[in-house]
Amino acid sequence: MALLSIRDLRVEYTTVRGTVAAIPEFSLDIDAGESFGLVGESGCGKSTLIMAIMGYMGRNGAVTRGQILFEGQDIARLGAEPLRRIRGSRIAIVYQEPGTALNPSMTVGRQLMEVPLAHDAKIGRGAARDCAAQALADVHLPDPASVMRRYPHQLSGGQKQRVVIAMALLANPALLLLDEPTTGLDVTVEAAVLDLLNELREKYATALLYISHNLGVIAQVCERIGVMYAGKMVEQAPAAALFRNPRHPYTRGLLASLPRPGADKRSAPLVPIPGVVPAAGRAPPSCGFLTRCPHALAGVCDAGEISLLPAAPEHTVRCARWAELPPVRSPMAGARANLPASDDAPVVQALDLSRAFPVGRRMLLANDRLEITAQRGHVLAIVGESGSGKSTFAKVLAGLDAATSGSLVVLGQEVAGRPVRRRDAKLVAAVQMVFQQPDGTLNPSHPVGWPLARALRKFGIARGGDVEARVTALLEMVRLPPSLRHALPRQLSGGQKQRIAIARAFAGNPQILVADEPVSALDVSVQAAVINLLLAIQAEHRTTMVFISHDLGLVRYLADEVVVMYLGQVMEAGSVAALFEPPYHPYTEALLSAAPVPDPEVRTKRIRLEGEIPSPLAVPPGCRFATRCPRRIGRICDDTPPPLRGAAPGHVIHCHIPLDDLRAVAPVFRHAPAA
Amino acid sequence: MSVTASDPVSLSETAGRPTPGLLRRLPSSPVAVVGLALVLFWALVALVAPLLPLQPPNAQDYMAMAHPGSTAKHWLGVDPLGRDLLSRIVWGARTVLAVAPLAVVAAYTVGATMGLLSGYYRGWVDAVISRAGDVILSFPIVILYVILIANIGPSALNIVVAVVVASAPGISRIVRGLVMSLMHQEFVAAAYLRRESDVFVMLVELLPNCRAPLITDFCLRLGYTIITIGTLGFLGLGLPPPNPDWGGMVKQATSMITVFPHMALYPTIALVSLILGFNLLADGLTELSQAD
Repeated sequence: MALLSIRDLRVEYTTVRGTVAAIPEFSLDIDAGESFGLVGESGCGKSTLIMAIMGYMGRNGAVTRGQILFEGQDIARLGAEPLRRIRGSRIAIVYQEPGTALNPSMTVGRQLMEVPLAHDAKIGRGAARDCAAQALADVHLPDPASVMRRYPHQLSGGQKQRVVIAMALLANPALLLLDEPTTGLDVTVEAAVLDLLNELREKYATALLYISHNLGVIAQVCERIGVMYAGKMVEQAPAAALFRNPRHPYTRGLLASLPRPGADKRSAPLVPIPGVVPAAGRAPPSCGFLTRCPHALAGVCDAGEISLLPAAPEHTVRCARWAELPPVRSPMAGARANLPASDDAPVVQALDLSRAFPVGRRMLLANDRLEITAQRGHVLAIVGESGSGKSTFAKVLAGLDAATSGSLVVLGQEVAGRPVRRRDAKLVAAVQMVFQQPDGTLNPSHPVGWPLARALRKFGIARGGDVEARVTALLEMVRLPPSLRHALPRQLSGGQKQRIAIARAFAGNPQILVADEPVSALDVSVQAAVINLLLAIQAEHRTTMVFISHDLGLVRYLADEVVVMYLGQVMEAGSVAALFEPPYHPYTEALLSAAPVPDPEVRTKRIRLEGEIPSPLAVPPGCRFATRCPRRIGRICDDTPPPLRGAAPGHVIHCHIPLDDLRAVAPVFRHAPAA
Repeated sequence: MSVTASDPVSLSETAGRPTPGLLRRLPSSPVAVVGLALVLFWALVALVAPLLPLQPPNAQDYMAMAHPGSTAKHWLGVDPLGRDLLSRIVWGARTVLAVAPLAVVAAYTVGATMGLLSGYYRGWVDAVISRAGDVILSFPIVILYVILIANIGPSALNIVVAVVVASAPGISRIVRGLVMSLMHQEFVAAAYLRRESDVFVMLVELLPNCRAPLITDFCLRLGYTIITIGTLGFLGLGLPPPNPDWGGMVKQATSMITVFPHMALYPTIALVSLILGFNLLADGLTELSQAD
């Protein structure tokens, strides 16, 4: 018998606009000790499912049909008190935001001790404290005794998530629900948390229901994967089978919108899924994916309810045409086209560029003697964990901040100490920016055409009646209907807002576009469309793009050159091809190995960084990375700043390790098809 | 690379349906509707006062003073000086609904400017504006009014001045907080990348986004200001006699309150119903803006 068996579940919410079936019909079985991954974009009903299992649907939500059988008992219809006994002891949950899961006014130790004390009346305080310390040791938090005495704000994000996992496992639950537990964490921290989950699962034989929009993460943790769309399971298969042979058009679409390891923008462009996820209860009843499906066939797909059909052993798919679909196109190892020629002088050249913030009597060096060059028409990606100084550089470049020392030459002008107000209008128009948050990028009080028209007038591109025509042209450039200009930002989806932001940035015909994580807040299928659009416009206008990202898969796909930053300094810089092959800087190597790859057939070398990124107020005097470096060679790393090693023309590595030793390592990614 | 066929987008696929503005959704909140009805009732009364077949508000009926209670001639009776209570309440609505909104609008002009400046520039500008506001806010409000009016003399204009001095710091605090959180939004950075001036960013990018919380506060503040005007009238610091003023009417009736309670009761009911109207309206608007 399955540990958790969800049968024909229907969850409805009552809203002012009537009853909405957030989950119309859903079935799922999870065996004891199994790890099941559930993927889907936001709005597909994943979190609603978790809430239904936990019985946290609020006053307006209810299970109106079906059963949630946990260890044979229907917990959807259990009273409050028996349900409370199951929650926390037999079923535990880890949420996305570790910060909000912990009580800020209690020490970590007291919060952890509450779990055994609440679930076992006989246990004493001393025994509870021992349990808590043991749980912290199990999640590899160094010095559990000191962590117990600390308050949550004294821990980093990754440490907090470990504490939450420790708390969830304290009661030794049979089922652990994970709702995007690593979203918002840095890749290196994420990789360590995923390792931890795999290890704990083996140790405790806990079943996992892992919910994520990130196929790469799911591929690392889960044995079986279900794909959810519009509140229904559309495909379910063992992990390897799902990635090797996706059957449902939605699954295929999700995979095609992700950059595959080894593919780049010239060999294998991303294929986005048209449209957006329908609002809850508004999907077509026959096949929810009907309106977005490239294979939809009238009379077949819209004829009636489609059930989950067996496509292969243990592989089911909810598609009427699954057998007729063409085989999946494997990513072509096509020839890499040459980079666009760039004989010109670089358009951006930073030399010893620093930005220091005074904090009390000390100095926080957000950028420390950066050396960064960007060529005309190229895409320069800057990667690194949060706190590496990527965004500070972006702001200095765009003029939203000013450097405190060093030189920054943009289009032949020295701008290091000159923010926007001290730059001339032409230069300001020439360096524009696309921001990260679709919700904050447009002023909610003005229609979306307004910032476009305003930018056109301010930059002297158009005046009078021309403005309207230019606004139309800009909207068409980002493939939005011109009528959209009168809409207010809240009427637009996240992807549409980012398109408007791109149109706004291109209003003044910029020569340099600074894109600070422009797609990290978007769903994968929308991400692909925005990336394609950005690259198409960039290539057409020969704009130089400085692309800030933490997503190495995406960077590998779209960048021409890459700069790797850590704690305000450049660790490695070079062409994208050079950077993803040995020789690596040890930090680059660790970053690459931490990146979740949405393909179980790609074997990744396992390098995990110890500890946390040091405080930028107390940086190591030698190599910035020395405190966490797995390849530290000795005292020299701690005391002496590393030399610059030229590995190839344009490829530099700041490291004490001799170049030949750096060359001698194996590549991080290896293709190893399963038998 | 092709991006043509793959991503057609239209308004129909937008994620959320548009929500109409706060004021247009007002009918869906019963609390707000009751509040608005009370306010509109008094606004209508004030508007049509000259057209109503009423006694002149300051005319004394010496004959009625013997029987100041309700009669066919004086529906609500007369006050201690023999003036028709109904007429004085109706004309009093005119005074209060002219002075209170004027005072609050003036207070908003000053307070919002202060808040914009201190939230936008921070640093010493903020320090000066906020500390000055703290000094004013540290006075018990009634004492502050008494000090101000006693010094500059009771008149409609001086009531407005007093309300501005007493309310602007509170409004400034609200606007300052809103501006400081809005400054982190990326659309402000986008405005700088268009080389917009500080004044433009403050007035066009920031101020319109303070609208929703300020509408609620505006209604609440109107209610408080009406209380203030009533209190000042009761203390003899309101509009100079013989102008009909609800607070002043209550004061004049206090000496006879045990014998003729109606003289104080009717103006009080008028005062309470109008204040209640504004408070309910504010509650309803808060409820609506939180439902977003």
